Amino acid sequence: MSGPVADPPWDGPAVGRAAALLEVRNLRVGFGGQDVVHGIDFEIAAGERLALVGESGSGKSVSALSLLRLVQNADVSGSALLEGRDLLQMSERQLRGVRGDEVAIIFQEPMTALNPLYTVGTQIGEVLQLKKGLTARQAQVASVELLASTGIPEPARRSQAYPHQLSGGQRQRAMIAMALASAPKLLLADEPTTALDVSLRGQILDLLSDLQRQHGMAVLLITHDLNLVRRFASRIAVMERGHLVETGDVARVFAEPQHAYTRKLLASRPERDLAEAAPAVGESVLSARGLRVSYPVPVPGLRGWFKKGEFVAVQGADLDIAPGQTLGVIGESGSGKSTLALAALGLLPFKGSLCVAGTDWHEARRSGHAKALRQRIQVVFQDPFSSLSPRMTVEQIVGEGLLVHQPTCTAAERRERVIAALADVGLVDDSSQGGGWLQRYPHEFSGGQRQRLAIARALIVNPELLVLDEPTSALDVTVQKQVLALLQRLQRERGLSYLFITHDVDVIRAMAHEVLVMKDGAVIERGPVEQVLAAPRHPYTRTLVQAAI
Amino acid sequence: MSTPAASVAPSLSPSRRAWQRFKRNRLGYWSLIIFCVLVVASLFAEVLSTDRPLVVRYEGQTYFPLVNDYPETVFGGDFESNTDFLDPFIRERITTDGNWAVYALNPYGPKTLNYFAKAPHPSAPTAENWLGTDDRGRDLLAQLIYGFRVSVLFGLALTFTGVLLGVITGAIQGFFGGKTDLVFQRFIEVWGAMPELYLLIIFSAVFAPSIGLLLVLLSLFGWMGLSDYVRAEFLRNRQMDYVRSARAMGLSSGQIIWRHVLPNSLTPVVTFLPFRMSAAVLALTSLDFLGLGVPPGTPSLGELLSQGKNNIDAWWISMSTFAVLVITLLLLTFMGDALRDALDPRKQDR
Repeated sequence: MSGPVADPPWDGPAVGRAAALLEVRNLRVGFGGQDVVHGIDFEIAAGERLALVGESGSGKSVSALSLLRLVQNADVSGSALLEGRDLLQMSERQLRGVRGDEVAIIFQEPMTALNPLYTVGTQIGEVLQLKKGLTARQAQVASVELLASTGIPEPARRSQAYPHQLSGGQRQRAMIAMALASAPKLLLADEPTTALDVSLRGQILDLLSDLQRQHGMAVLLITHDLNLVRRFASRIAVMERGHLVETGDVARVFAEPQHAYTRKLLASRPERDLAEAAPAVGESVLSARGLRVSYPVPVPGLRGWFKKGEFVAVQGADLDIAPGQTLGVIGESGSGKSTLALAALGLLPFKGSLCVAGTDWHEARRSGHAKALRQRIQVVFQDPFSSLSPRMTVEQIVGEGLLVHQPTCTAAERRERVIAALADVGLVDDSSQGGGWLQRYPHEFSGGQRQRLAIARALIVNPELLVLDEPTSALDVTVQKQVLALLQRLQRERGLSYLFITHDVDVIRAMAHEVLVMKDGAVIERGPVEQVLAAPRHPYTRTLVQAAI
Repeated sequence: MSTPAASVAPSLSPSRRAWQRFKRNRLGYWSLIIFCVLVVASLFAEVLSTDRPLVVRYEGQTYFPLVNDYPETVFGGDFESNTDFLDPFIRERITTDGNWAVYALNPYGPKTLNYFAKAPHPSAPTAENWLGTDDRGRDLLAQLIYGFRVSVLFGLALTFTGVLLGVITGAIQGFFGGKTDLVFQRFIEVWGAMPELYLLIIFSAVFAPSIGLLLVLLSLFGWMGLSDYVRAEFLRNRQMDYVRSARAMGLSSGQIIWRHVLPNSLTPVVTFLPFRMSAAVLALTSLDFLGLGVPPGTPSLGELLSQGKNNIDAWWISMSTFAVLVITLLLLTFMGDALRDALDPRKQDR
């Protein structure tokens, strides 16, 4: 073991436990001479459920995938004994026999992991023919059975479907069926639920649990989500920057974490630190009545030449945000919550009324005051890697709002305001960090820093309302906590209102005063956050809340 | 994930850093230097390669034949016509008896016929004609210098107009999309189906051939390929979150295109820039080769290649022209690679 970390505390002596199925010793992975995994040791017993946990860049996926030499251009050393045979010493040919046979993998994004040109049944059948030597006909029958075992309705019909014809959850089930086709002894599940909606995550995890018990296989679950670990795994291994800092039984580690990093991870649930919910005084910052947003969709056939169909993304939504308060909007992908955000920003055509500080968007457009309205409502998007123009410097990005809304500002004043805005969001140009932040490009910053830049860009024009569209979903949990704390502080200091859009119940619990639950474009439940989350009335809200525990 | 702590001392301005990145590509950097030297030298071709002496001191008086015409009688000749300074008689008069003359480095112009050559035309490289002469007795080096200048300037102009038209049309189609895009696409399909070469032949029959006409004709057809790439980039970039956030900020369409989408859509433009330039040089060369290009008598690489083909045993014609073409195109390509690296701020500043 190298690095600053002492030997991890093992959960009891190996004696008395089942002999390890996979024994990894001193595994090192490097790219171009630079190590990203610094010699880790762990083992998985047959039939055991081990979770490998860490934030992005901790080396958890690389460690797992390099066991099967699936990482390109990586220098792997150490040993990985699968029932006594060293995977890392095998020839490529021997390893091909192991992959997808004794060790199978499920990837994060089933849409890209399945080949779009073949039906799901064909792809599962291919594994059966290759690994089990079945004939095409037998394989077809067997693949339908496998699909049935993963709980896909109408498995015979679904096996004839192409990946794009299935829903996200069904695709992931098909991936699992494919992985199980060869009856593996070890299943590597690389973030198997991250790409799915919250309510589906629990289902997929339960399915994995069931199948794991039925087949008696070992599962190595790679994830950053501690809720999943608690629900699924029996043992946990925590990774930080290429080091394995703690391993142990899930119950023990969650109850008394030994390592500082584990404690930090466990303490990263967002905390509520908000101004009290205040009854609406005066005019609401944002109010909508009967808001309806639709997209044109092409109609097939000859009729499509003459008219367009319509997809209604938001139907009849009413909402009010009081000054200094947060309205949380929660829903799954496709529920229309992001459309609601874009409509509030005046970026989409809509029907009904939508007023920012008492001025309707339609009204403002007609009288040519739309630009003044834009100064009052600003936005922070989810993905900090696509929401900042990669070819502009920090100074240009953050200062752009001043160019538009305060064109009289001189370059020197603008620079001063930019520096102040950056300091406001906790980015202080520190010469110990290399200096010259203003002249840097966004790619030189980490995800959390980039999200702070996006917030600074929005705040520099002094808006009254910030639309936050999943502002922390792309961030690691510890960074998420910091960004949420920043947003709470800004709200207290400046009396900002937020329209906070998220799929994460924990985040909404910490951030919102009022909450709106959306499903299929309709608002199905609303109310103060404590009330809605503690006693959900609508069954869908109940599933959402339960899935988060 | 790169943190600011990881990269060192980037307190330079963005353009300085781009220049640093450009310089780091040694091949491209030296190509740029060599190319600039060649272009600048060819811009002074009238001084470097001309049949008139730069200065003549004759019987106590100073003459500047480069700017003024002098009849032969001034220098003791018999005729009232302009002086031919390559005439051995004149040369002797103005260089002896305390008179002196400064000849150009290569004492031949692009159209100078050397009537006093010692070898029959086309002549192999000699001490007088360093790269030999062509089949009409014109000095090859002089032709190459002037031909290179014409080609490079023409290439620059054609690249400029092509890129300008391509970017503008691509940007309009990609950014506004919908019906605008549809109409433009159909127009491009129709326009692209026009037989370019036949049009060139027809126009060269109707109008007096000139470089300007060629530039217009080639520009009319040269923008379509690039416009497709720019359109695709715009279609991709206009739906990125930073464009949405710029809209929410209140920027106008023009500002969004100029500040946000265009800089992020220039990768194909920059990538194709050197290749477009070399394609333009080649286009001019091949049209000249076919006799459809620059007016007769204009020095051109294509015309030299065609001479090389007709006098296949006069290897110095085709070899030296070929070498000039290859070197030009290579330099352009190397510079293009370095330019692409330099303009991408995501490349690590090491």
